[in-house]
Amino acid sequence: MPVRYTSDLAEHRAVREAAGLFDISHMAEFLVAGVPAGAFLDYALAGRLSALPVGKAKYSLVLADDGGIVDDVIVYRTGEDRFLVIANAGNRDAVAAAFAERAGRAPVAAAFLEAPATGVVSFAHVDGGDRARIEDVTDQLALIAVQGPAAEQILGETAGLAASGLPDLGYYAWREGTFDRAPVLVARTGYTGEDGFELMIPNAQAEALWDALLAAGRPRGLVPAGLAARDTLRLEAGMPLYGHELSREIAPAQAGLGRVVAMAKDDFVGKAGLTARDLPDAPMLVGLSAEGRRAGRAGYPVLGPDGAPVGEITSGALSPTLGHPIAMAFVPPALAAPGTALAIDVRGTAVPATVTSLPFYRRTK
Amino acid sequence: MTDLTSLSYTEEHEWISRDGEIATVGITDYAADKLGDVVYVDLPAAGSTVTAGEVCGEIESTKSVGELYAPVTGEVVEVNTALDDDPSAINTDAFGDGWLLKIRGTETVPLLDRAGYEALTDGAA
Repeated sequence: MPVRYTSDLAEHRAVREAAGLFDISHMAEFLVAGVPAGAFLDYALAGRLSALPVGKAKYSLVLADDGGIVDDVIVYRTGEDRFLVIANAGNRDAVAAAFAERAGRAPVAAAFLEAPATGVVSFAHVDGGDRARIEDVTDQLALIAVQGPAAEQILGETAGLAASGLPDLGYYAWREGTFDRAPVLVARTGYTGEDGFELMIPNAQAEALWDALLAAGRPRGLVPAGLAARDTLRLEAGMPLYGHELSREIAPAQAGLGRVVAMAKDDFVGKAGLTARDLPDAPMLVGLSAEGRRAGRAGYPVLGPDGAPVGEITSGALSPTLGHPIAMAFVPPALAAPGTALAIDVRGTAVPATVTSLPFYRRTK
Repeated sequence: MTDLTSLSYTEEHEWISRDGEIATVGITDYAADKLGDVVYVDLPAAGSTVTAGEVCGEIESTKSVGELYAPVTGEVVEVNTALDDDPSAINTDAFGDGWLLKIRGTETVPLLDRAGYEALTDGAA
């Protein structure tokens, strides 16, 4: 995925007003399959994945023993005993290691110690009997996102793509369809704050799907969009990015993700660590809005009412949609209430900024 | 269309168009393309003095911040205020409407001709 195809701002605007096409095949995918898969993920991840209905998806976290964040993931339940876990490309090895290690000590351990199977990827059907396995299928799958208000219409008009009932498909739900006889998983998920879809398809058909989506979408304003637009879109939507808002040093509640952790579960990796943590003074993730056009960027200090540094920006940009600077930052809880007046140290100049509730941008329908 | 061979260039990817003792200064389309979409420019005020080779402003894109080096020593006689609210001309018309400053002065940093600048960018400019 390039930083941009033509213009960051034009690509950003296309997603807000029409649609953008993103090649996000760099992301990592893991297949977790077998009779104890739900129980295993309940142990290995922060959420209660065993309760996720087939056909739905859920945002979750891979926690470290101490409760810090190893990665944020989306989990698709593709069968009664079959899940797909999408992880960040940069955390592929960390997530693989966590899964392998957790398979060895989970309450459902034994079934996961068998060697991984290889073969054709099939999304909805268990093709290996009930043998449990965790398989890194990153190198077999491509992931293409179509994001924006025109996305549903474009998918409906894409030659060769058959996926029924998309108008009725809810947010964080998926359907299996076909493209040129290949299986394609179509999920109503995304990272832009707009309506849209993410399509998972075997590599061999990916380029043809990309071309078909582009051909159908061009008349409706679809343009290929790069990493720069993806970053400003997700920032406006208040969505965290691993390595910026999320890290091993940050507990979920600090980043506003306390709801993602099912503390009532009997046992899961990170539970003991989070229980032991005392977080009343831990920095909290907030949104900051400023006037003018000078944006605070990752690493810039946040200044308190007396001008002293109180925190640091994790992501920041001049919001293309809103026309003023926005940022996310960690600040002490006492300064985290919306409306609190702070400042950003922009290369030596204190730029006034106000704590703002996230997201900065919410689509209207 | 600007005749690019009529301009002088700096190693900091600025161009200079000279009219007597007034030098019009901008950044090259190559530099603008590397920066990405410019969203903010911070330029010295008209009437201020700048020194060749020293930082005199900033150019911010969606993804990064670049420093603007004064290529000429002298008084800033005019600033392109049209860029304040909409600096997109730096990307769309780097050698025309995207100009930044007019400086009165003849002392400059070492300058390149078009061939020298193209060599500097390995022919990518």
